[in-house]
Amino acid sequence: MPKTLEHNFVEQAPILRLEDLNKSYGDGCEYCSKEDAVLEKNICPKCHTVHALRGVNLEVYPGEIVGVVGESGSGKSTLMQCIYFDKNPSSGACYLTPYKEGTENIFEVSEQEKLKIKNLILGMVYQNPYLGLRMDFSSLSNIAERQIAAGSRNVHEMMDRSDELLSEVNISKWRAKEAPKNFSGGMQQRVQIAKALSSNPPILLLDEVTTGLDLSVQARVLDLIKDIMHEFNISMLVVSHDLGVIRMLAERTYVMLDGKVVESGLTDQILEDPQHPYTQQLVYSLL
Amino acid sequence: MAALLTLDKLTKTFHLYEAEQTIEACQNISFEVQPGEFVGITGKSGSGKSTILKCIYRTNLASSGSIVYDSAAFGPVEITTLEERKMLHIRRYEIAYISQFLSVLPRQSAKQIVVDSAKDAYEEKSEQEEAAIEMLKHFEIAEHLWNVFPNTFSGGEKLRLNIAAAMVKHPRFLLLDEPTASLDNASKVKVRELIEKLKSEGTTMLGIFHDLEFMEGLCDKEFNMQKGSFV
Repeated sequence: MPKTLEHNFVEQAPILRLEDLNKSYGDGCEYCSKEDAVLEKNICPKCHTVHALRGVNLEVYPGEIVGVVGESGSGKSTLMQCIYFDKNPSSGACYLTPYKEGTENIFEVSEQEKLKIKNLILGMVYQNPYLGLRMDFSSLSNIAERQIAAGSRNVHEMMDRSDELLSEVNISKWRAKEAPKNFSGGMQQRVQIAKALSSNPPILLLDEVTTGLDLSVQARVLDLIKDIMHEFNISMLVVSHDLGVIRMLAERTYVMLDGKVVESGLTDQILEDPQHPYTQQLVYSLL
Repeated sequence: MAALLTLDKLTKTFHLYEAEQTIEACQNISFEVQPGEFVGITGKSGSGKSTILKCIYRTNLASSGSIVYDSAAFGPVEITTLEERKMLHIRRYEIAYISQFLSVLPRQSAKQIVVDSAKDAYEEKSEQEEAAIEMLKHFEIAEHLWNVFPNTFSGGEKLRLNIAAAMVKHPRFLLLDEPTASLDNASKVKVRELIEKLKSEGTTMLGIFHDLEFMEGLCDKEFNMQKGSFV
């Protein structure tokens, strides 16, 4: 019998760290700027400011998949869109280890630097493929667009890499030149994943990637995500309202309600021994 | 020798907000498990046996009391408050939790499940494969089942597959959650033989069982639980 591997625990800094992230729509007032203000869900009863994110702290460590669950309207997607610069947070900080060793708050860098981070460090897969893909251009062009943005200029290399990625996500070669608008939802989602991966980002953001897909396609996309994690050792932040998806993918999970993280822990602990009343309700709703 | 696991006054209370109830699953549980020992806990269903195991594996969070585990990687650690990432490390390489229910994806072949598990213990693909096949043979999973999805397996086969997947990593501490529940007598005897074998190989085990006969002569220490406490 060969000798088994030794396993030493390596202390690592988180690859992605969010600190006190806030996002509100509206100016806020004296009442809702207080820490202990009681809101109607996430809306201030006095000035009707919507507090989409309230003091979110979150960490993703290298090579791990972290889940974020919560009902719709809890701020999950806003969280993702803030990290990917689709929305400007009202306050807070985000540090990424691959960007200047995590010393700079990425919300405060120049637009040019933000683009660089978007193209080289982060990959995003949206719930709605229309947000992530240009539907009228071929799948290959879609992937090439990101490769060019990330600095590739050699057409042959780009083609080879695109072919490789598309076969990785099981899109057959003879459909690679077709526009994604002709594809099924599951295929579009897989093209999106290939596109996000094309610049080899160390961090992947997945926003409800399997929502609206039928079960067998869902399973295939999830298997693909797991394989990608094992193969490329990419860190992922996965947002879903589907506890089954989170259970399958994530080892650690954050639970969001009305813009706040109400509970976090090991995924099986969250599912079997939820501490917060809302999490209990969520788990009981699991089919 | 230092104990591998020390529980001191472990208490677990579930607060169920929907039903507006609190359930006291176990109170003031204290015991030790020495390296190489097989410790058994018996008791009627609902007496809180599983809760103890789940608190040790951190699937449940203890309400009060302490659980100290002597980890190979970290030395003695307090499980109830251990950092999540260290707990995951311990789960992956040191403590295995085995129940009769499959905890794996239903769309993987039995062999693949064991091979995947072996990835944590062996570097080379050929070694992983070799170790997995050895385990499948060891736990007597018939060769024609190796490439079958295990959701068609019988309860006993699933259990043995679970044990094979756990044991291929050579964990130093096994938690057995009613491994004989709902098995027929012939399968129970098989499981007993497995446990005897593991014990003779030096694996430390903590198991819970609801039938007393099965435990006879097997345990180094035995506790009986009633209504959340040892009697």
